[in-house]
Amino acid sequence: MADRGGLPRLLAQRWFAPTFGLATIVAVFAVVEALLRADLLNRYILPFPSDVVLALGRVVTEENILSRMGDTAFEVLASGVLVVLVGVPAGALFHRFPVIRAALETWVAALAAAPVVLAFPLFLVLFGRGQKTIIVISFVYGVAPVLLKTLEGLSATRPVLINVGRSLNMTSSQMFWKILFPSAIPSIFTGIRLSWTFCLVTVVAVEFLVNLGGLGQLINDLAERYDLPGTYAGITFVILLSVAFFIVLERVENWLQPAP
Amino acid sequence: MASPSDTRPGTSGDEPLLVVDNVYKRFGEGADATIAVDHMSFGVKPGEFVSVIGPSGCGKSTLFNIIGGLLGEYEGEVRIGSERIMGPHPAVGMVFQEESTFPWRTVIDNVAFPLELRGAPKSERLDKAHHFIDLVGLANFEKRYPSQLSGGMRQRVSIARTLVSEPRILLMDEPFAALDEQTRLLLGDKILQIQQQLHQTTLLITHNLTEAVQLSDRIVVMTYRPGRLKRIVNIDLPRPRTSEVVGSDAFGHYVAEIWSDLREEASRGMLDAEASVARRGARG
Ligand SMILES: Nc1ncnc2c1ncn2[C@@H]1O[C@H](COP(=O)(O)OP(=O)(O)OP(=O)(O)O)[C@@H](O)[C@H]1O
Ligand SMILES: [Mg+2]
Repeated sequence: MADRGGLPRLLAQRWFAPTFGLATIVAVFAVVEALLRADLLNRYILPFPSDVVLALGRVVTEENILSRMGDTAFEVLASGVLVVLVGVPAGALFHRFPVIRAALETWVAALAAAPVVLAFPLFLVLFGRGQKTIIVISFVYGVAPVLLKTLEGLSATRPVLINVGRSLNMTSSQMFWKILFPSAIPSIFTGIRLSWTFCLVTVVAVEFLVNLGGLGQLINDLAERYDLPGTYAGITFVILLSVAFFIVLERVENWLQPAP
Repeated sequence: MASPSDTRPGTSGDEPLLVVDNVYKRFGEGADATIAVDHMSFGVKPGEFVSVIGPSGCGKSTLFNIIGGLLGEYEGEVRIGSERIMGPHPAVGMVFQEESTFPWRTVIDNVAFPLELRGAPKSERLDKAHHFIDLVGLANFEKRYPSQLSGGMRQRVSIARTLVSEPRILLMDEPFAALDEQTRLLLGDKILQIQQQLHQTTLLITHNLTEAVQLSDRIVVMTYRPGRLKRIVNIDLPRPRTSEVVGSDAFGHYVAEIWSDLREEASRGMLDAEASVARRGARG
């Protein structure tokens, strides 16, 4: 082996990045713990990280967390899939018909910026107090980024690639499936990532606000009981859920369009 | 040199395969109008290699797009044989000035693309793609993605992708413009070799003199604004050629001859550019 310096060799190791990431989190926890113990942070607002870690087990055994996580996951998945099924075709439609785009693009962008969650009472009346309402609110909140990013990706297809298609006398459906769509995939997945973040946050927020269903409700309960370590343990499970979703998404993208 | 195998179709007096007949194209109206191509006429015979050379901005790409059928609304006509083209014609294969490989496809999938559109069976697709990838010298790179190749290699992928449909006329717009001089000369060799192997009828658009003389049977020299035909120069250098021809005396003569034509046009182009910068400066 060539005599490379210690540091570059270390950085090149496969395990290095994940380990470094974990070490960073542990270090942040340690610092927070130290600051709390030194009374530099308020321990009535922030729990000791060590207590949060201990609370993880308790939350699992006493609070039925797996079934709650299942509820939340289902709502996120349902709205996340719905968002893709509606957003991507709608984006393609906006791209295909400039009139629709001119008429609606600004409104869709405005929708993404509007605090739809605050209109939850309206949705409760329309769809009842149940998972359906949560899924609908999450969908409304999450659909805009996928739509806009699909539109952006399709519009950004390099003109020379379209000319290659034209010179080969491609039909418009071939043009879409073989040039426009594959060229837009990276942008579409950026959109899905954004949308799914919106969906996850919305689902947990509505569960929290309406006191309904999964992890959001649990966090609400624990917070009301003033169980700080438990509250943060609950939040940890939300994070785990989001990590799981993004790993799946990355797999799907890689399967659709293998990265070099 | 007079061996029977050397009587290529281009050197005999047969009918041109591609005819550009009195083509005129103007962009815009009134004071802002640019005449990009001004009544140009020439032909390319079967098996012949013709280059169109002219200074930057003279209308070469416009001509390329017209012949490729990508640009409508011009005067005059372009014919393949006796058939007037009304859009992209299957007999014409285009290689573009900009990078045009599909980044999401491997080399082999890029090259097989036109066959895939045609619904050719997989084995045929792969065989043909292999063949043309070999021809452009990328045999070991079939599974790579374009982002893993150099610019010159990517341009060769585009050329193979165009050749795979076996077009009767190969139409290229400055395919090597973005490459360095050495790569350009070596790729020129590749093109010469392909040309000699396939007797490919080729129209190459370029602003590079060396490249034009190295590769062509005839060179069409264009003027700058409006893009008119200035002169057609026959290049009587022996074939088969390689890039070594670049060192010969005859080569030097041709380059000097065409440069004296081109010089006027290129310097007019530069003056024009400077004037427009000055105008903008005065206004700003
Ligand atoms: N779509 C267009 N609309 C208006 N003007 C155009 C258009 N396309 C080209 N032109 C003008 O026509 C002229 C010729 O352009 P063209 O691209 O054909 O030049 P070129 O010879 O290919 O230049 P280069 O060597 O830099 O590629 C230029 O002055 C350009 O500004
Ligand atoms: Mg050009």
